[in-house]
Amino acid sequence: MRLKLVPAETSFDFFGKWKLWLGISALMMVVGFASFMYQGLNFGIDFRGGTTIRTESTQAVDVGAYRGAIDTLELGDVSITEVFDPTFEEDQYVAMIRIQAQADGESISGEVIETINATLDAVAPGIKFVSVESVGPKVSGELVQTAVLAVVLAIAAVLIYIWLRFEWQFALGAVAALVHDVVLTIGVFSELQIKFDLAIIAALLTIVGYSLNDTVVVFDRVRENLRKYKKKTLAEVLNLSINETLSRTVMTSVTTLLALISLYVLGGDVIRGFVFAMIWGVIVGTYSSIFVASTILLYLGVKRDWSKPSNTTGNQFANIDA
Amino acid sequence: MLQIDLWKRVLIWLVCVTGLLLALPNAFYTRVEQANDAAIEIIAKGETPERLEIVDQWPSWMPSSLVNLGLDLRGGAHLLAEVKVADVYAARMDAMWPEVREALRPERATVGTFRRQPGPEDQIRLKISKPEGMSRALELVRGLATPVTSLTGAGAMDIEASADGDILTIQLSDAEKLASDDRTVRQSLEIVRRRIDEVGTREPTIQRQGADRILIQVPGIGSASELKKIIGTTAQLTFSPVVGRGSDADANPGVGNKVVPSLDEPGVYFTIESAPVVTGEDLVDAQPAFDQNGRPAVNFRFNTSGARRFGDYTAENIGSPFAIVLDDEVVSAPVIQSHIPGGSGIITGNFTIEESTNLAVLLRAGALPAGLEFLEERTIGPELGQDSIDAGKIATIVAFVAVLVFMMLSYGLFGVFANVALILNIALIFGMLSLIGGTLTLPGIAGIVLTVGMAVDANVLVFERIREELKAGRGPARSIEEGYAKALSAILDANVTTFITAVILFAMGSGPVRGFAITLGLGIMTSVFTAIFVTRVMIVMWFERRRPKTIEV
Repeated sequence: MRLKLVPAETSFDFFGKWKLWLGISALMMVVGFASFMYQGLNFGIDFRGGTTIRTESTQAVDVGAYRGAIDTLELGDVSITEVFDPTFEEDQYVAMIRIQAQADGESISGEVIETINATLDAVAPGIKFVSVESVGPKVSGELVQTAVLAVVLAIAAVLIYIWLRFEWQFALGAVAALVHDVVLTIGVFSELQIKFDLAIIAALLTIVGYSLNDTVVVFDRVRENLRKYKKKTLAEVLNLSINETLSRTVMTSVTTLLALISLYVLGGDVIRGFVFAMIWGVIVGTYSSIFVASTILLYLGVKRDWSKPSNTTGNQFANIDA
Repeated sequence: MLQIDLWKRVLIWLVCVTGLLLALPNAFYTRVEQANDAAIEIIAKGETPERLEIVDQWPSWMPSSLVNLGLDLRGGAHLLAEVKVADVYAARMDAMWPEVREALRPERATVGTFRRQPGPEDQIRLKISKPEGMSRALELVRGLATPVTSLTGAGAMDIEASADGDILTIQLSDAEKLASDDRTVRQSLEIVRRRIDEVGTREPTIQRQGADRILIQVPGIGSASELKKIIGTTAQLTFSPVVGRGSDADANPGVGNKVVPSLDEPGVYFTIESAPVVTGEDLVDAQPAFDQNGRPAVNFRFNTSGARRFGDYTAENIGSPFAIVLDDEVVSAPVIQSHIPGGSGIITGNFTIEESTNLAVLLRAGALPAGLEFLEERTIGPELGQDSIDAGKIATIVAFVAVLVFMMLSYGLFGVFANVALILNIALIFGMLSLIGGTLTLPGIAGIVLTVGMAVDANVLVFERIREELKAGRGPARSIEEGYAKALSAILDANVTTFITAVILFAMGSGPVRGFAITLGLGIMTSVFTAIFVTRVMIVMWFERRRPKTIEV
């Protein structure tokens, strides 16, 4: 007996309410974008400069006392948060201290770190700095540029690849899905104010890769079915293709999610934000390859006869129901 | 049908076995690492019974390359420094000034008297009393220029001279600045490397990044501040004539001179000539020592040309004070008692033993040609790294088991085939990482976990295709054949696109992100290989042996 998440034969109608799905996606994108514009991302020091110190102590963290001690040093904006994680030992108390970028372009000096250490030691004896990271504002600006460039380049490269392998309508559909995923991921990071650092950019690009993987598998089947069923409407072919690949889509998403969730729970707090981005991306990416990429493809229409030159050149919308 | 040539089968299994062998040392990480270290020590310092015993912990015929652990896993310090290349321009101009003076002096009749004017540090501004002689002055100064020694700047001269009324300005040409920047960064890189080697830590990464930056990663070091102390000091040593001594930091030093503070007497400032008699570049050796009073000091020795200049100067200036200047602070300013011919001497000051040892190291390694500005620094404690490794291990194992069980429940025997391929896949990733000397970082572990999830995708595509073919009423052999054939284009397209993003990540990213890109990229390659070759060979071999009438996928 086999475990079957999806029945052997499905015939869901994915496009009956395609306007509704596109509407929901558009709305979510607007919400995500608005959240990004309104409250902005909680950028980590990679992107805005500054210093983070991870402290570890055998005594419970007293945020107030830490703050009181550090405020005497007048380092500007300081935020202190306690970190909880199931992977910690019983007497392991961890806090993250974030200090704003100092005036000049450089990272924080060693003496300042030592002063902070000495000051904190007075309120929490035996406190250890297990990691100190400091990024000067000069580099952080460049890191933002590189990150944005990386995402844009990745999307452009993919657009070209799919265009070459399929048709331009497919490429547009896939890229619309990618933009959708990226916007929603940025939106959720801004809405939940999760720290957004360099690793999240890596996660974003992976999401781009994953979502694409999913989209391409569906498109590959669409291409095949377009040749096979010349009489069916495009909507029917799309629906059939998605239903045929549904079992695979679900299988792959579930195995990937199984792996990611175990990393989320057991992998420690250092990479939790990163893993969260990927889990979110897998869910959104799976959704978007069906409800965004394919729907856009339906909207744009496709040249049906792949062997002969098109006779509807100049009117790419004409053959939606060809 | 379902034919795979023997040579292909042999090749496929050979790749798998090679991958497994390459990955194996990582399973015994500490032991292999100790053995490798001991082997290096034997080459460097000779054989001892203990070292030989440690080397024997790992058989020499086995591969012994290991995956490097990134700083976030091993702990250590990371620094990104920018070389202040413009520092060099001022020094070049100061060194040029005596030359200019010598060139113009015989032509006083045409150019009149001249004085160096205060101005930007990277220029010499000269006022001449007879502006009508300017063209002659320009000619003389331009005669001092030499061609730029670089590939790109061929044909250009190293200095530019221009005139504005009675002011003559000399500065480095753009071509020379470019060439000089490149030299400065390369020199700095070399000196940083020498200093770190002198301290003797393992596997440091010291690379040039972009035009004027240096990336330094040292595993196992306590903190970035410690590292900064070693490499951040310029250690620019000069022996300069003293013009005066006072307590005013803003005193007007006069052109060609500068005011520098005393190192250990607060409030005391010396006015010294900007052009030194001898610099640290002429040092051939420096060793920590003690002076006649038993206080820590540093002994030094000049090379022949330095010794001669130093000897000549001391012979001519007996009775005058003379400053030993380190990074624009006067360490000491003794009065020259007698001619010092031998070219060796001692630097005394209020040093601790540690300071004198450090100073000797710095002087031996050479001075940095320019200052360093630290743009980024990260320290990761070894405990945090170990915690991350432990958490990563457990998470990977759980993820692995969950996926294995899920695949078996979903596809039965075919799921088992896919699982064997998945295990081989992980081994291949580690094998390739060891082979190319890749670095495993925390996001890299995430990349592997993600690969575990995604690696089954190619197999799932094939299996689902086989199911469809079976449903369409084809025989088992034909279904398997068709399943592979039809799934191929989807597998390739899907993985090529993901691979593109991995390549872009690798090209644009740095540090941990790059580590992630490497494991993701390798994971894609190995998963395609295992899915379209390894599981296929397994299925075909099983099929040949059993010849089942029906199959269930």
